Amino acid sequence: MPETYEPISTQTLGSAVASVTFSSIPQTYTDLVLIVNHSVTTGNPAIYGRFNSDTGSNYSRTLLLGNGSSALSSRGVSQTFLGLSVGIGSSTTREGIMICNVFNYTNTTTYKTCIVRNDAASLGTEASVTMWSSTSAVTAFEVYVSSSTFTSGSTFTLYGVKAA
Amino acid sequence: MAVTYRLIQTISVGSGGAASIDFTSIPATYTDLKLVFSIRTNRAGATVDALGLKINNVSTNQSMRILYADGSSVGSQTDTTINTAVVASTATASVFGNGEFYIPNYAGSTNKSVSAESVNENNATLNYMYMVAGLWSQTTAINQLTLYSINSATIQQYSSASLYGIKNS
Repeated sequence: MPETYEPISTQTLGSAVASVTFSSIPQTYTDLVLIVNHSVTTGNPAIYGRFNSDTGSNYSRTLLLGNGSSALSSRGVSQTFLGLSVGIGSSTTREGIMICNVFNYTNTTTYKTCIVRNDAASLGTEASVTMWSSTSAVTAFEVYVSSSTFTSGSTFTLYGVKAA
Repeated sequence: MAVTYRLIQTISVGSGGAASIDFTSIPATYTDLKLVFSIRTNRAGATVDALGLKINNVSTNQSMRILYADGSSVGSQTDTTINTAVVASTATASVFGNGEFYIPNYAGSTNKSVSAESVNENNATLNYMYMVAGLWSQTTAINQLTLYSINSATIQQYSSASLYGIKNS
């Protein structure tokens, strides 16, 4: 049986940074899975992403969130960023978990859809579906916060998943 | 390229059921753990039970926030144990609750975060979906995981759980 789940790249932060980028993503897999175990230096910032450095209004998202007392859902359309989390950026040491699945990322005839989970026990839990309205294959994936930085020790791992 | 997704162990519950499903002596050679389950308990008079996760054989120093839906409403709450929903005795026969726990950096020296989700679809009016953000506020490496009923019910025959290890290099 062929092996189908392989690490592409891991980045463990040696210092606080606002942005982590995976570039030159190989085109040999079917799907991508990004696993992030993180914390931030200040506040509870939103976490964003971009594919292929695209800053156009080409991203949309539907979000479901529970904060421990209430549940809510929201939409974002024609956004200039991939909405990965609205506020699960936690300052508690590596409390945050993000699991982002990117489907058919090499397909050049369809837009790209992601399913994202975010968890931080002191803040809440999120699930969202996001879309990049582009038929370009994903070759780079940036994850960033706009109003804080990811702490040293945060880990970012990109895996490739093969359908066969 | 290294291969990183490995089955550590599968446990299937036999006749008579079991009080818990225990994964012991978990090797520290992976980066993350993924625990996938399909479980039904005999909790009396209920369609749903809370499946707890003991870490290193204790359920203390835990916290979580959950988001749930039951087919007619949604809600969110907190708890002092890490748990998610599985199917119980009055649910449709032959139905099991399915889900997973994901624990990154389980062998590290920081507190351990847990992401979990489960679904109880039973072709009836009341069903459950759970999403869980959990935290075990201990810096000890994880070497044991135990699934159990928060309500002290018995895990039923044909329930099963598989523990996977995932390496990042």
